[in-house]
Amino acid sequence: MPVFWLVLILLALSVAGFFLGRQRALASVGGNSKNLHSLPNYYGHNVALSGLVPALGILVIWLLAQPFFIDGRVSGLIPDSVIPESSSRGLVMSDVRRVAEGLDIVVASGGMTPAEVRALDAETTDVRAELGKLGVALGSDVRPEVLNAAQAYRSLSSTGKTAMTFVVALVAALGFAYAYSKTHKDFRARNVVEQGVLGLLIFAASLAILTTVGIVLSMFFETINFFGLHNWTDFFFGATWAPNFRGDSELSILPLIWGTLYISVIALLVAVPIGLFAAIYLSEYANNAVRSFAKPLLEILAGIPTIVYGLFALLTVGPMLVRFFGQGDNGILGVEWMAGATSVLTAGVVMGIMLIPFVSSLSDDIINAVPQAMRDGSLGLGATKSETIRQVVVPAALPGIVGAVLLAASRAIGETMIVVMGAGAIAKFSVNPLESMTTITTRIVSQLTGDTDFASPETLVAFALGLTLFVITLGLNVLALAIVRKYREQYD
Amino acid sequence: MNDMTVMDKTMEKQKTKIAANGVNVHYGESHAIKDVNVEIEDKTVTAFIGPSGCGKSTFLRCLNRMNDTIDICKVTGDILLDGEDIYDKRVDPVQLRAKVGMVFQKPNPFPKSIYDNVAYGPRIHGLAKNKAELDEIVEKSLRRGAIWDEVKDRLDKPGTGLSGGQQQRLCIARAVATEPEVLLMDEPCSALDPIATAQVEELIDELRSRYSVVIVTHSMQQAARVSQKTAFFHLGNLVEFGATGQIFTNPEDPRTESYITGRIG
Amino acid sequence: MSENTQNTSRYGGSLLKQSDRTRRRNAAEKRFRAYGIGAIGIGLLMLFVLVFNIVSKGTGAFQQTFVTLDVELLESKLDKNGNRDLADIKKVTTFGYSPIIRKAVETKVASLGIETNLKTKAMAGILSKDAAAQLREYVVANPDQIGETVEFRFLAQSRVDGYLKGRVIRANIANDKNISPEQLDLVDALVASGVIVKTFNLDFILGADASDARPEAAGIGVSMMGSLFMMLVVLALALPIGVAASIYLEEFAPQNWLTDIIEVNISNLAAVPSIVFGILGLAVFINYMHLPTSAPLVGGLVLTLMTLPTIIISTRASLKSVPPSIRAAALGVGASKMQSVFHHVLPLAAPGILTGTIIGLAQALGETAPLLLIGMVGFIASNPPSGIAEGLLSPNSAMPAQIFEWAKRADPAFYERAWGGIIILLIFLVTMNTVAVILRRRFERRW
Repeated sequence: MPVFWLVLILLALSVAGFFLGRQRALASVGGNSKNLHSLPNYYGHNVALSGLVPALGILVIWLLAQPFFIDGRVSGLIPDSVIPESSSRGLVMSDVRRVAEGLDIVVASGGMTPAEVRALDAETTDVRAELGKLGVALGSDVRPEVLNAAQAYRSLSSTGKTAMTFVVALVAALGFAYAYSKTHKDFRARNVVEQGVLGLLIFAASLAILTTVGIVLSMFFETINFFGLHNWTDFFFGATWAPNFRGDSELSILPLIWGTLYISVIALLVAVPIGLFAAIYLSEYANNAVRSFAKPLLEILAGIPTIVYGLFALLTVGPMLVRFFGQGDNGILGVEWMAGATSVLTAGVVMGIMLIPFVSSLSDDIINAVPQAMRDGSLGLGATKSETIRQVVVPAALPGIVGAVLLAASRAIGETMIVVMGAGAIAKFSVNPLESMTTITTRIVSQLTGDTDFASPETLVAFALGLTLFVITLGLNVLALAIVRKYREQYD
Repeated sequence: MNDMTVMDKTMEKQKTKIAANGVNVHYGESHAIKDVNVEIEDKTVTAFIGPSGCGKSTFLRCLNRMNDTIDICKVTGDILLDGEDIYDKRVDPVQLRAKVGMVFQKPNPFPKSIYDNVAYGPRIHGLAKNKAELDEIVEKSLRRGAIWDEVKDRLDKPGTGLSGGQQQRLCIARAVATEPEVLLMDEPCSALDPIATAQVEELIDELRSRYSVVIVTHSMQQAARVSQKTAFFHLGNLVEFGATGQIFTNPEDPRTESYITGRIG
Repeated sequence: MSENTQNTSRYGGSLLKQSDRTRRRNAAEKRFRAYGIGAIGIGLLMLFVLVFNIVSKGTGAFQQTFVTLDVELLESKLDKNGNRDLADIKKVTTFGYSPIIRKAVETKVASLGIETNLKTKAMAGILSKDAAAQLREYVVANPDQIGETVEFRFLAQSRVDGYLKGRVIRANIANDKNISPEQLDLVDALVASGVIVKTFNLDFILGADASDARPEAAGIGVSMMGSLFMMLVVLALALPIGVAASIYLEEFAPQNWLTDIIEVNISNLAAVPSIVFGILGLAVFINYMHLPTSAPLVGGLVLTLMTLPTIIISTRASLKSVPPSIRAAALGVGASKMQSVFHHVLPLAAPGILTGTIIGLAQALGETAPLLLIGMVGFIASNPPSGIAEGLLSPNSAMPAQIFEWAKRADPAFYERAWGGIIILLIFLVTMNTVAVILRRRFERRW
């Protein structure tokens, strides 16, 4: 990994720069640090950061930008005639990349020498078979244009890497040299370093925005690719989810949304009453001993990873429900309503358990924000505690509780492991909670795992699903947070 | 002085409504009320005065067992309402509080409509058989709270939308609606401006004809204006209790005198 | 009718007697209270059921059934040339070791005088398919032992293991190709004579995953390394970036629209479904930047992005709890704003930051969904990484991903492993959270 070594070298250089800068500053005042404008360490930091930060910055930008430029250059090499009817340039490009990667692997594993790889000719040799012999499997036959493009891709990549190393090293050297030359007793090293550090802090803070942008963009482009291959009306308004490999998949999100909402509703039916009553009891009735015992225990439920709940659904709750509602005459109820362990009810109940502490701790905060004066007013009129809670405290806290429920709903909709393991894989519209259904998140997982082909709508649909999921949960969160914030302002 | 004689006359006929004997209150470690004996008469305004932290509010909250809601608060001694010990095990605080209503320092209307605020008490106590009766109770209570004319056109508007003085009168109307026999008021005017204060004080004087009113106040002028009897609390002790005129003109205890003349407080 | 008489009649006279209405209201009160207790009860019951379930089903994974045999390492089979040349010895595949093992089983059974009508092959069938590989490994490492008789402890195959643990019962094995009642008779006899024993199995904790056919050999150790390397990446990136972002937002950020956007962004990122971060990782780190699939580095990067909001939120809370007087004091003696923050505020906030970081790490450690998308599930990690670079870049699994992988497999013997893996995962999480709580208790400062 040359980048790894490059970074290490940069770090080593900056450490050296620190000591050199410090020394030069001290030398400029004959060792008497009192005559320096700033503390000697600042001069060292200045030199170290001046080289390191720009170099690392350029390194990161280069790494991010290089694939983009190479793609642009290489895709220009592909003549339009090579692009099949049903395909697009982007999809051919992914073929090119795969061939290039395959060739890289062959070289790295010593199967061919670099010269042999360069001499490959798709007209005369079956590249796919050649690579297959050496343990690199390709999805389709390699056309000459694709192989040429792949060769160009490889050479551009390696040129890019060399250029990157050179440029980064140059920038680092220039940075060090400039800062070193400026190091002098009158140089305001502290101010410069602090400006630099502030810049780094701002960069760190804006990473949050970059992440969001990254999320949106990464799904957006692939979604566009998807809609290039698949009719958007079918995606949004179709009635069937039936991916296949014949190329006439029906990929509609509606049955998935139905499954997702059904499971979420069951989860909320479990979590909201239990969580709300638990919160009410803990904040209004329980004494300190009970509170300090029950609250942390309940919160353990929130800290348990979702994989544990998934396993619980798959191996415990599901089989238990089958014993009640299935197995015909051997079952407890003697009915044959449930065929397998995975069902809407299984996933919903387990997800509900997971959400109990989420609802209860949010509601607890919200109920505690209702002013004591409200309760006193009601109790002073001779209301019992439960009357006070039901008729004064809960109505007063209602907006906040609604916000909490919305947050819980967004959690339920985005939850993955429990539904992957407990809900099943069949997309359908059904009202029977004992049937297995599937959700948006489950389909994202199944379309993106295993053998994925980023040129097929069956894979790309996952990005459209992901974007839809992101938009739904984002909307719920923004709404919920706004409601809760407004509620809190009311009593502050 | 003319006023005073009138008050004294009305006072004499009243029977004792609440009698407290040897009441002590502890908040965890601290001894908040020390051996207080006091008799509160029916159809009279009794004022509790004293410097802040003297225990007057704490004692007031003992009279309808509002202190029950605080875990660490322990009350000992007898408090008799019409001769019955309100701290008896058999007494349900809910029933007690219906008889002994309370108005708080800060106006605390519920986040409901004006109508529902007033109807809240009658509803939970089952005082109205039907909607018409409830309407009647609400109107009567709002009239007694001297706020009917201001709100009769917007009974379905939230109570929180009223001004501070209106809110407090709404809270008084709300307390009156449960038909209490005693009305406890914990500094009801401390959050109000002078005009609203005057309106509430006027109302208190009217309420005297029907209820026994106990008012905690930090304003001596207010105590002098509205009450017939005054109790002066200091550091948890009931220092002096007697006719308001006497307490303010001729206090027996030097501490009362110091407080009234502004040397402690 | 005067008000007074009306009042008395309304509330039924004496306070000492509860009116019917009060009794009804108190009953409602009791019911309401009971709902609350019931809700808490259900919550705690669920916790109990969950923990009980995990412990009762998972502890079995820490025990394994072993068969102790004396194996004669026949020179004629293992080193035909007799020159102990390692290259020659390595040419003998695991198949070549099977006869030796069969022989050892047969000898053992005969020496104990156990009567059975099983063929030798079926007798050796009670051993794991791993046994031959284990033997070969030993011989390759110790070629000088060829010709000697050495005592070995082999894994029993998973059905035998299940039989000893009560998972496999005779009534249910009629259609099972892997085990027969006669074999179980033999197992019973061997258990009685102490040849087959069930003991603690360290390999489950330290070992590598095994293929579908050998659940008895599967361990979680290698995927634990995968998790460790991911956590190293998260710690190395999320902590500095999170602290830097918090310092900027809490101490330096001006009140403007940009700051508002960043803050809204962070609170929303905290609630974005984890699967979306997986999509981001797949699209950006793997498809766009071409980082290796299944690598802990990629997993770490994805989890870093996921953990950042948690760390930022808790760091900001602990920075906020440092009173302004400390900053004022530092500024008052002539420190720059930056110095006041880095010399005074940050050290005082450090325990809180550390606590938040540990909790964030614990969250990341248990996260599974994004790992599915970057290929950390389904990969059989057979060798522990030998160095940092390999640990970060070579494909590996992670603890929760490994558990998911086991849960998906057909053989129920893997379920026990999955529950056992959960016990180990939870031990890590409980330890981390306990450390966080202790840190908070120990260093919490009330200003």
